[in-house]
Amino acid sequence: MTLTIDVARDKWGLTEEQRMIRDMVRDFAVSKVEPRASEIDKNCRFPVETFEEMAELGLMGLPISDAYGGGGADYLSYAIAVEELARVCASTALSFAAHTSLVCLPLSMFANEAQKQKYLSRVASGQCLGAYGLTEPNAGSDAGGTQTTAVRQGDHYILNGAKIFITNANYADVFIATALTEKGAGTKGISAFVFEKNTPGFSLGAKDEKLGMRGSDWGTLQFDNAVIPAENLVGEEGQGFKYFMQTLDSGRISIGALGVGIAQGALDKALQYAQERKQFGKAISEFQAIQFMLADMAMETEAARHLVYNAARLKIAGQPFGKEASMAKLFASEVAMKASSLAIQIHGGYGYTKDFPVERYYRDAKLCEIGEGTSEIQRMVIARHILKG
Amino acid sequence: MSPFNIVVFVKQVPDNTKLKPEQLTGNSLPKEGVDMIVNPFDEYALETALRLKEAAGAEAQVTVISLGAASAKEIVKKTIAAGADAAYLLSDPVFLSGDSTSVAYALSGALKQLVPDAKIAVFGTLSLDASDGQTGPKVAELLDWASLTTCKNAEIVDLETLNVWRETERGIEQYTMALPGVICMMKCDYELRTANIKGVMKANKTEIPLKTPAELALEPALVGAAVATSQSENVWPRPAKTAGIKVDGSADAKAAVDKLIAYLRENKVL
Ligand SMILES: Cc1cc2nc3c(=O)[nH]c(=O)nc-3n(C[C@H](O)[C@H](O)[C@H](O)COP(=O)(O)OP(=O)(O)OC[C@H]3O[C@@H](n4cnc5c(N)ncnc54)[C@H](O)[C@@H]3O)c2cc1C
Repeated sequence: MTLTIDVARDKWGLTEEQRMIRDMVRDFAVSKVEPRASEIDKNCRFPVETFEEMAELGLMGLPISDAYGGGGADYLSYAIAVEELARVCASTALSFAAHTSLVCLPLSMFANEAQKQKYLSRVASGQCLGAYGLTEPNAGSDAGGTQTTAVRQGDHYILNGAKIFITNANYADVFIATALTEKGAGTKGISAFVFEKNTPGFSLGAKDEKLGMRGSDWGTLQFDNAVIPAENLVGEEGQGFKYFMQTLDSGRISIGALGVGIAQGALDKALQYAQERKQFGKAISEFQAIQFMLADMAMETEAARHLVYNAARLKIAGQPFGKEASMAKLFASEVAMKASSLAIQIHGGYGYTKDFPVERYYRDAKLCEIGEGTSEIQRMVIARHILKG
Repeated sequence: MSPFNIVVFVKQVPDNTKLKPEQLTGNSLPKEGVDMIVNPFDEYALETALRLKEAAGAEAQVTVISLGAASAKEIVKKTIAAGADAAYLLSDPVFLSGDSTSVAYALSGALKQLVPDAKIAVFGTLSLDASDGQTGPKVAELLDWASLTTCKNAEIVDLETLNVWRETERGIEQYTMALPGVICMMKCDYELRTANIKGVMKANKTEIPLKTPAELALEPALVGAAVATSQSENVWPRPAKTAGIKVDGSADAKAAVDKLIAYLRENKVL
């Protein structure tokens, strides 16, 4: 427990609760998460121990009601938690975000009471991890092109198909996924299901090696006549696509927070290095060229943070936030890319080695431009909002 | 049976590792424009109290008392997040005008008023800002309790007795302390706990009562500057360390020793 009060504590207009959660997560991130960051990246190892510790701290269902084992905090507190984790280890932040905003959140929004008792309470309390299956080999940006099918047979649905690039796949016990229940009905033929790992006919396929986010697990979900009880249909048949898209609106706020965290972390490292590294008889931070890079990184990181916090606040207030979430996600992703690239530039050749963490930030940042809707998709979403007026 | 009551005293202090030389002027350390933290030894005091509470069983309670500006409320709330059961902030401008004597009077009065059946009072041995190490022992004196400073660990023997370990220049000393008593902690070997979300949410809902001298039935004549026996006059930065000399004795050891002695005499060390 570090009982620090930041001088700039009111700069972001945070409530006392949000500040306390930020400080608590920062403390945990620095003491437990950062020391493992490089090793899990190098070995592509999912840090089970970190997630056990996070469950103990009550972080795994942070924005979910305590009636279901969650933390009962607001969505901005959750975004800040993602940011603080990403500042030291983006992989950990990504797995946390996928579990929380892509599994806990839709279950809390769309599942019925029995499903909440059975599944939400387990994921929100951190008893087990969750994974969200939308993307398929032939349905990425075009998630409406889902090919996995679900055919009703008596009390069950029989699922066939595959989901790829699914975060937490190999460590999750609770899954939610989309499948086509009515062919030819377009996105209105897609339904959502919640199910467990031991579902008959369900298995985990091979996983690809990643460029970045290597300490975050991902994998393939395989359905070969998988038998899912009819009671595991989430909400109404044919509404799954809508539920999953609404989930992504909220999820994008957390990917924005992930980008802000990466950018801030890259800036932290660059600031430190620039003041330590001496060339031509002085610290390189005394060169204007370096100062300008640092200034840009700081300005853009703050701007991205404002967008992310604003989107989270709109969501808390019950206002529409889809456009703002897309803007925050897109902008923060690009800021994370630029800041991590500049951080390497400031480190020079050392930044290109694995001895310094900035190359990891650079590789991790790229995910932000792809996951939960690519940058192109975000621009389409934003354009759609502003064109409709 | 009334609960086994433990009181922890914590203080908000400026983070002196982040103070800039230009902030070190006037007659006290700045209370604004710098990160404020809980005095590091007080974090060990809180941790020790929470451990004693756990060892004493379900009936035990930890109450935090702090004296400071209203802005210390947030730090006091964090002690609730970490596991304290209740907390009070003695906040009145008059409190802040005193020294360790008047602070000790206020704190001992607060303890008597707020937790009359307290068995143990835990302090940090020193504060980062005042660093006089007097508050705990003075409170013990005013309460007529036993007291030990520079403690490293404490364990409950029974509800009337503590085992206490002190670290001194001579080594470790072990004491048996008859309660009630005051223990003043330094950095301990145990890890500080991390607050969890339940604690944070509870802290957020907890009101920290602000207490004035009148509410604590303190004698106005004994509060603040009225009874202070010392007054800080000036604060200035520590002079930068200057490099010493290097004496090479590899060629001629005797000449080197002579040179060293001359240097030490010159600087009035010998
Ligand atoms: C690390 C990681 C974790 C992931 N975790 C999950 C997860 O947990 N669950 C999940 O369901 N998915 C997950 N994904 C998948 C991710 O959501 C998809 O990769 C993403 O939506 C893009 O789909 P795609 O890969 O099929 O690319 P494609 O859709 O094939 O896109 C290829 C390129 O074409 C562009 N493009 C596509 N359509 C258009 C258009 N209409 N106009 C202009 N440009 C277009 C894209 O922007 C992109 O540049 C994860 C991905 C990664 C990298």
